Amino acid sequence: MGSSQDKSMDSSDMQSGDIVNDFSLTFSTVNGSGSATANTTILRAIFRMGIPVSGKNIFPSNIQGLPTWYTIRVSKHGYTGRVEQDDIVVAMNQVSILEDIRFLNPKGVLFYSDDIDLPQIPEEVTTYPMPIKSMAKEMEAPAGLRDYISNMIYVGILAKIMGIQMDKIRLAIEYHFKGKEKAISSNMEIIEKAFEWAAANLEKKDHYRFESMDLTRDCIMTDGNTAAALGSIFGGVQFSAWYPITPASTLAESLNEYLPQYRKESETGKATYVVVQAEDELAAIGMTIGAGWAGLRSITSTSGPGLSLMAEYMGLAYYAEVPVVVWDVQRVGPSTGLPTRTAQGDLTFSYFLGHGDTQYIILIPGSMEECFEFGWKAFDIAERYQTPVIVLSDLDLGMNQWMTGKFKYPDLPIDRGKVLWEEDLEKFIEKHGSKWGRYLDVDGDGIPYRTIPGNLNSKSAYFARGTGHDEYAQYSEDAQEWEKGLNRIKRKLDNSRDTLPKPVFVPSGKTSVGIIASGSANPAVEEAFDMLDSLGTPVDYLRVRSIPFSSEVQEFLEDHERIYVVEMNRDGQLQQLLTLEFPVHVEKLIKTAHSDGLPLTAKWITNAILSHEETTK
Amino acid sequence: MSDSPVLPSSQAANEVGMVRADYKGAPSTLCQGCGHNSIAAQIVAACYETNLIPEKVIKFSGIGCSSKSPFYFLSRSFGFNGLHGRMPSLALGAAFGDTSLRVIGVSGDGDSASIGMGQFKHMVRRNLPMTYIIENNGVYGLTKGQFSATAEKDLFLKRQGTNPYLPIDICMEALVANASFVARSFAGDPKQVKELIKAALSHRGIAVLDIISPCVTFHNQGGSVHSYVTGKEMEQPLHDISYIPKRDEIMIGDFEEGTTQEVELFDGSKIVLKKLESKYDPCDRWQAMHMLEEAHSNNWLVTGLIYVDPDQPTIYDIYNLSGTALNRLPTEKIRPPQAALERLNSSLF
Repeated sequence: MGSSQDKSMDSSDMQSGDIVNDFSLTFSTVNGSGSATANTTILRAIFRMGIPVSGKNIFPSNIQGLPTWYTIRVSKHGYTGRVEQDDIVVAMNQVSILEDIRFLNPKGVLFYSDDIDLPQIPEEVTTYPMPIKSMAKEMEAPAGLRDYISNMIYVGILAKIMGIQMDKIRLAIEYHFKGKEKAISSNMEIIEKAFEWAAANLEKKDHYRFESMDLTRDCIMTDGNTAAALGSIFGGVQFSAWYPITPASTLAESLNEYLPQYRKESETGKATYVVVQAEDELAAIGMTIGAGWAGLRSITSTSGPGLSLMAEYMGLAYYAEVPVVVWDVQRVGPSTGLPTRTAQGDLTFSYFLGHGDTQYIILIPGSMEECFEFGWKAFDIAERYQTPVIVLSDLDLGMNQWMTGKFKYPDLPIDRGKVLWEEDLEKFIEKHGSKWGRYLDVDGDGIPYRTIPGNLNSKSAYFARGTGHDEYAQYSEDAQEWEKGLNRIKRKLDNSRDTLPKPVFVPSGKTSVGIIASGSANPAVEEAFDMLDSLGTPVDYLRVRSIPFSSEVQEFLEDHERIYVVEMNRDGQLQQLLTLEFPVHVEKLIKTAHSDGLPLTAKWITNAILSHEETTK
Repeated sequence: MSDSPVLPSSQAANEVGMVRADYKGAPSTLCQGCGHNSIAAQIVAACYETNLIPEKVIKFSGIGCSSKSPFYFLSRSFGFNGLHGRMPSLALGAAFGDTSLRVIGVSGDGDSASIGMGQFKHMVRRNLPMTYIIENNGVYGLTKGQFSATAEKDLFLKRQGTNPYLPIDICMEALVANASFVARSFAGDPKQVKELIKAALSHRGIAVLDIISPCVTFHNQGGSVHSYVTGKEMEQPLHDISYIPKRDEIMIGDFEEGTTQEVELFDGSKIVLKKLESKYDPCDRWQAMHMLEEAHSNNWLVTGLIYVDPDQPTIYDIYNLSGTALNRLPTEKIRPPQAALERLNSSLF
């Protein structure tokens, strides 16, 4: 599925023995040392060279002093998933050097700060010592900035040895420092000096190099949390309450950054939105539901522990039928778990969140485009169905840098759902010849009409509640009323399934073996799809993007004999939900689940499928 | 209830053309004689007398006996009965839907001083314009008589035994959290309850009203400040309080100079405080806390307006919001145009 295979280049590479634009590069640093700027600069410069690139930050739950890794993968084929081995390591941290070498390709390359006491290195590894400490001293920087400067030094050395264009590095630096001339020139000065030092003192001995391509034109770089916030802004978000939690915080912070730019009234400069940092997630969801009830497009963003705290209020929103959007940027649980690592472990929890019979509409974006698209679409769905919508992103999508096509303007008008303002209510009563009831299903689709506080029609008010209520929102403990109400809500959600984002079907056209996956498993599955094909085991691939499952999911299950459900958790949660929904197909479903905090790799998926396929022969 | 003053004008239309019945709620299902019923009746009276339009009020509650109250007043107002201890967050979010609506919340001592202490204090700290009534009876009624966090130490209740913990003083908590309006009353003093509610409704900011509201069923025995028996005896009014609408100038003359203190509220209306012997200044937070501490050591039930700061900025002041209610904004005001997305795309790397 690599979009842009260039076979001619492969053959010329083989002649020269060079490995061009198809390798991974890991920076091993100490967190809190400012390495993020250096690493992002390299990532962006490569992107501007037209080479498909992705960046993953493997960082500790800590502010300063612990090992942190940043891996850049370049792939002329357009693959963006994680790889298990580093081809090139830039080692800046004595503490992690053994681990760094363990993950290094035995024929790879090691750049290292020359004050590091190197252990035994595999023979075929090419090494480049970098006099980081002495150069930083020469540059006469204040002591407090030395770590930061050290990082910029390896940018310059890498540029020279690996062939990163200096004008592209300048573009990246200019963007990072938002055009501030002093910061730009002082950073460029360090990088240029390091470049010159490398030119004078190091000889290129390895075979890896970057070379300009033209595969990133019309693309941008972003992260999923930013994309989600921007999508929400173009979806008309009006209220957000949130509580800080890794890896979700940057979603709300992006709202804070971009809302003032895009959502002030042009004539008055006044805001059309409110963002509140709540005292905890209990309050964040309470505020969000209050705003949703009062007719605002309302969102909260959190991660697993926060979602756990939100369970009670979500049940109320489900039963009182309040539209809200909840982004769960998943991290590894249970409990505090691995707060800075990624997982798809909240799927069953979020689908059934709360006590009693509850169920939610789940959206699962698998790319930056989809984080943006579901950002706006989630509001339309929540308001159409008057119910909470949970969007399951994760740390890998949410916090890592991805190249993507430009964001697309919403192709559907805003849908506020069935809302009755003053005159609408009169018309409703006239049309139906009866009084309006908040939970009255006059259309037969399970979706009632709602009024919104501020409606001055004296017949519009009602008392929302989580206690038993009848069609007119009156308190009721009546057995039949209770069952009728809850069954209608179930019907309402069942009706949503074929209007939600459809699954993406990628056929190989030659097999009865399938893969079902979702969300951030996608880059690895796409690559595994090609690997499996080249190894003679083609598969069809269906990527689920919403639950309750649509009819296409059922068809896929019917059309295949064996289906590998690939996901990033221990228990196979997507497989569990498929089993519940389609018990007749249960024997076809093969759990292909794995969770160690790191994004899935094509290699792991391919091996898991191949070894199971062996058993079927 | 029998001693609650019935205005001769209750059948007459007020300034917004409403009669008292327009503010009524559903019949109460609480126990007969419950203090909460009396408070609901005074909310009706206060809204009627302050000329509120029922459709311009939103009401909230949490869980517990007190939290059933919003059903017993203002049937023509939107309401939301939220979760136990989590009414403040719900109210805050909803209030931003249309900031011209008047917000009334009714909670209890279990709801606000136990499970909901966090949300209560953060709500106070944010100064959301809202009348926040806590019907305080020191006991969990709906679960049949357990101690709440405001129950006095050493109180004995059948089935519970003796309360080993010191009580929480809701007014003190509100003061510590920088509440801009703190008052206490006693459900058996309907006149004062009503006047304080009227003052609270006119306050632009959070108005915390701790109303001692005895539980007739589970907690009404001698020796407890939460009972009718001793509540009346121990009550020590700080000052009589009269709410005077802006247009009514005649009553001001009724107060002799030197014995009154005016506090001008946001809407231009004024509350006039009639002082007793003690020179009590409700604009001094430190003095308010000192007074509460002193009352506590004397086992007094101090009622009246304890603290007010009419000028404290509210949460609305922070946001510089559109003049149109946010929930009435047309779609073109909430979705930026295509050109904005193009600008955005070209601004990203």
